[in-house]
Amino acid sequence: MSPLRRHRQLTRIWQSDPGWKGWFTTVNHNDLGRMFMGTAIVFFLIGGILAMLIRAQLATPRSAFMGPEVYAQVFTMHGTIMMFLFAIPLIEGAAIYFLPKMLGARDLAFPRLTAFGYWCYVFGGSMLLFAMFAGIAPDSGWFLYPPLSSTLGSPGINSDFWLIGITFVEISAISAAVEITVTILRYRAPGMSLDKMPIFAWYLLVVALMILTGFPPLILGSVLLELERAFGWPFFQVAQGGDSLLWQHLFWLFGHPEVYIIFLPAAGVISTVLPVMARTTLLGYAWVIAAAVALGVLSFGIWVHHMFATGIPHMALAFFSAASTLVAVPTGIQIFAWLGTLWKGRPQLKLPMLWIIGFFATFVIGGLTGVMVAVVPFDWQAHDTHFVVAHMHYVLVGGFVFPFLAGLYYWMPLLTGRKRFFRLGETAFWLVFVGFHVTFLAMHWVGLLGQRRRTFTYEGGHGWEVINLISSIGGFITAIGFGLVIIDIAVNTVFAARIRRDPWRAGTLEWAMANPSPAYNFASLPRVSARDPLYDDPALPHRIARGEGYLGDAYKGQRETLVVDIATGEPLQVVVFPPNTPLPIILAFVTGGIFLGLLTKLYWMVPLSLIGVAALMALWAWGLGSRGDDVMRDVGHGLNLPRAATVPQPPGWWGSAFLLLADATFFASLIFGYAFLWTVAPNWPPPAYLEPGIIGPLVGLAGVVVAPFGIRLAERHLRRGGTMWPGVALALAGAAAMATAAIMAVRAAADPELHAYDAIIWVIAGYVLVHVALAAGMSIYATVRRYAGYVAPDRFGEVRIARLWTDYASVVALIGLAALQLPGAVT
Amino acid sequence: MTTLVLLVGCENSLSTVDPAGPAANVIATLWWIMLAGATLIFVFVMVLLALTFRRPGVADADNPVGEDGAARGREKVWLVGLGLCFPLVVLAALLAYGLVIGERLLPRDDPAVVTVHAEGRQWEWRFSYADAPDLVTENVLHIPAATPVDVRITTVDVIHSFWVPRLAGKLDALPGHENVLRIEAWKPGRYAGVSAEYNGPGFLGHRFVVIAHDAEGWSAFLTDGAP
Ligand code: HEM
Ligand SMILES: [Cu+2]
Repeated sequence: MSPLRRHRQLTRIWQSDPGWKGWFTTVNHNDLGRMFMGTAIVFFLIGGILAMLIRAQLATPRSAFMGPEVYAQVFTMHGTIMMFLFAIPLIEGAAIYFLPKMLGARDLAFPRLTAFGYWCYVFGGSMLLFAMFAGIAPDSGWFLYPPLSSTLGSPGINSDFWLIGITFVEISAISAAVEITVTILRYRAPGMSLDKMPIFAWYLLVVALMILTGFPPLILGSVLLELERAFGWPFFQVAQGGDSLLWQHLFWLFGHPEVYIIFLPAAGVISTVLPVMARTTLLGYAWVIAAAVALGVLSFGIWVHHMFATGIPHMALAFFSAASTLVAVPTGIQIFAWLGTLWKGRPQLKLPMLWIIGFFATFVIGGLTGVMVAVVPFDWQAHDTHFVVAHMHYVLVGGFVFPFLAGLYYWMPLLTGRKRFFRLGETAFWLVFVGFHVTFLAMHWVGLLGQRRRTFTYEGGHGWEVINLISSIGGFITAIGFGLVIIDIAVNTVFAARIRRDPWRAGTLEWAMANPSPAYNFASLPRVSARDPLYDDPALPHRIARGEGYLGDAYKGQRETLVVDIATGEPLQVVVFPPNTPLPIILAFVTGGIFLGLLTKLYWMVPLSLIGVAALMALWAWGLGSRGDDVMRDVGHGLNLPRAATVPQPPGWWGSAFLLLADATFFASLIFGYAFLWTVAPNWPPPAYLEPGIIGPLVGLAGVVVAPFGIRLAERHLRRGGTMWPGVALALAGAAAMATAAIMAVRAAADPELHAYDAIIWVIAGYVLVHVALAAGMSIYATVRRYAGYVAPDRFGEVRIARLWTDYASVVALIGLAALQLPGAVT
Repeated sequence: MTTLVLLVGCENSLSTVDPAGPAANVIATLWWIMLAGATLIFVFVMVLLALTFRRPGVADADNPVGEDGAARGREKVWLVGLGLCFPLVVLAALLAYGLVIGERLLPRDDPAVVTVHAEGRQWEWRFSYADAPDLVTENVLHIPAATPVDVRITTVDVIHSFWVPRLAGKLDALPGHENVLRIEAWKPGRYAGVSAEYNGPGFLGHRFVVIAHDAEGWSAFLTDGAP
């Protein structure tokens, strides 16, 4: 087959449907990555316009432009949009678009999940935009502290839009994180062992695991606060055993890791782009990875530094202050690794490098002021002033926006296939860079002079007027600069000439393909033996195009890529991806029905949508798997590999395992919240604790033992060619027993509106019920698949998935039900 | 009404770098030291960055400057020396300093201490006094000058934060909890205070004044409640 014919055939296999339909049915990461990034940039523009409104309002004292109510919506939406609808989705989009290319794969592990996440993001984001244009946007600040954000301070629907809309959007973060993790671990080029992985992938692996463990506390907090607002379950109301501090803990347990979830991908961009700009390789690859991992781990231990002024005990303050200053160490290692890289190379002042210099000058200041506010006494003064506003913008804009702009210009050839011809980019850089510092540098000072954040105007006479005016002028210069960046990219995309392959002469695999990237990425999958495959073997791109790698034969019109061993990168299986389908957008739409029902209080929509979601998911999973034909596949070079759907731990098992990591974090946060209220909330103990009794715990315990045993029995019989029914029946009986115990606990509890304790019982029991139902559903599903021929004695992966969920349900039932009975048992 | 009048003039200063009491003073000193240190570090990093450009760039076509024998030595200098040890030393010093100061700002037992209560609500402050149980003032807090004062901070509705920048840092008023902040004014005078945690549309106007009295003024206030 000639390279051109191969290109045509593979393009036909991988491209999206023609016409407008293609937008809604595509599951290809090339399209979805671009759509994610494009949508995130639209949100950046909206958030930017809100920032301009803020600066217009604050330019002069006693401005009559906005009143306090409108201003509250504007700053809340600015922060919310920038954090949740711009930064995180832009990262997801970049990961989705670049990771398979850098790793040497043709797509991400779960293409339809990518699309589903995208549509959840669009629908959830639209809810918030709707609220904003209707003038009923959330208005208690981006961290939404109750009681102000609860029914007491915000009786309207404003906070509900945040709680429900953002939770909807978080589905996309969790699904992206699951598939980024699985992709990095298992979907790489043959021979790409962990120590040969591009540094960007290492960063994203850390980030994805952080999303899986960082977002669940926020999702839990949102669920609890929405339950309080909608049904009066008093988790955060002190009179009935709640505590508003619980929200702060849950929020910042998410919120601080979030800051590093935003920074680390940007650091990954720098670690990738900077060495190329200096014509060298990264100094201290292993050090940088260790630093990224250390940052990820440390960032979970320092959330309390956002709560230094809440009256936390002094010892705790000292601990969290020490931990917070300590994060400067891994950050310092990265900064000096980059400087050392520049030092050993020959840096060239091209446009991406210019943005990286902008990053250094800005982020270092943000890091230094960060260390300042980590020192508790200083934070008591600086907290909630414009000093903090300045600090966080130095970190977020300097540490995230600038590196991503460096990356945008660096990877533009791949995205658009064009050379830069009109040189607006340099002017834009200087406008943004100078404008930014004009806006935010003096803002530190006005904060120290006492200007509080979130005040809609101010009186003259504090020495604030000049600084605020300068700041506003700087803000508008910055905005013009960003406008110019967008014009630059648009103009160059449309008018500039095509560009040759690998224009920067970089070494990573994404440059082995033509520009713009073809829908299938690699005509054949190369074997790599170095960290920079293109430096190692400059002829690699030609060999790929000539089909000399693996899977170069466009077999049967299937979308295929390789699954490799985690550590060594040796190919183990061939995966066949699903084709274009509208299923993801339909599923996202029906999922939206759940959220819309909750928001509008049309509660009948919720169970209806849930049934729809379950049906669609069954349909979704039905298309996967193999009936046993065509199990082995000759991938080239004499290698014969099994289809991934036929192995004991198929991709779905890996996806489930990492989804359960997020789920377990959610559950752990719930137990943490329960323990926190028990020990810290003022109005405890509740009027009465649950009486454990004998029957409930015994029934529950029996279920916990029987269900995992049953599903194992089913697997054993299946693998011997027997029937699954006895085992599945046992598993279902176990599930029923656990469900019974949970229901008995709820029925013994008091009304959940009475006390936070009773409300917590309802939530924990509800959580157990949901997981027991999921496990039971999967066991039944696996049995049905047995009759359809997908599950067979030598293809029992789906039973393994059911087993994983059954085990998880049993563990949470054991812990959850024991936790409910504990106070009653000890008192 | 009186507050409005009082807020005019230089007494409305909210500046943390114009301290009028020991706590704010210690923190202001901390700030200036940290500013000096941060400036030095920033300049140092920028100089290093500028120096990396000391050699002219090479043409595009050149192969990357690969690993050479010097790589190990480089890692030692850049990563161990500058990346690891340098921040560790600086941070350890800063942390120790911060902890010592934090210790000093704690509301320790002291026979001279005067206790007052600050109760926040949307959008006013009510102050009461341990030494004069019947006395309640709204939006004006009276304290004796040159005496340590413990402010016991509570709220009846949402979260507020009690902040008199020229006297001390801020501390939150949380539903169901009582937080104690130690403040002290060196000299008699009026000091502006604000609520620092966003608490709804009336946030901007949620201000108060602290009046520090000399000894006679204070006992006069305690006996007849007049400022
Ligand atoms: C150059 C563009 C920007 C300008 C001029 C700007 C300006 C501001 C200002 C003045 C505030 C304080 C409002 C107040 O407290 O009254 C603010 C808050 C905030 N900004 Fe920005 N901003 C910009 C870009 C960004 C970006 C890129 C991000 C994040 C990636 C961001 C995240 C935030 C957050 C989280 C808040 C806090 C909102 C709250 O208090 O609830 N901003 N911004
Ligand atoms: Cu933080």
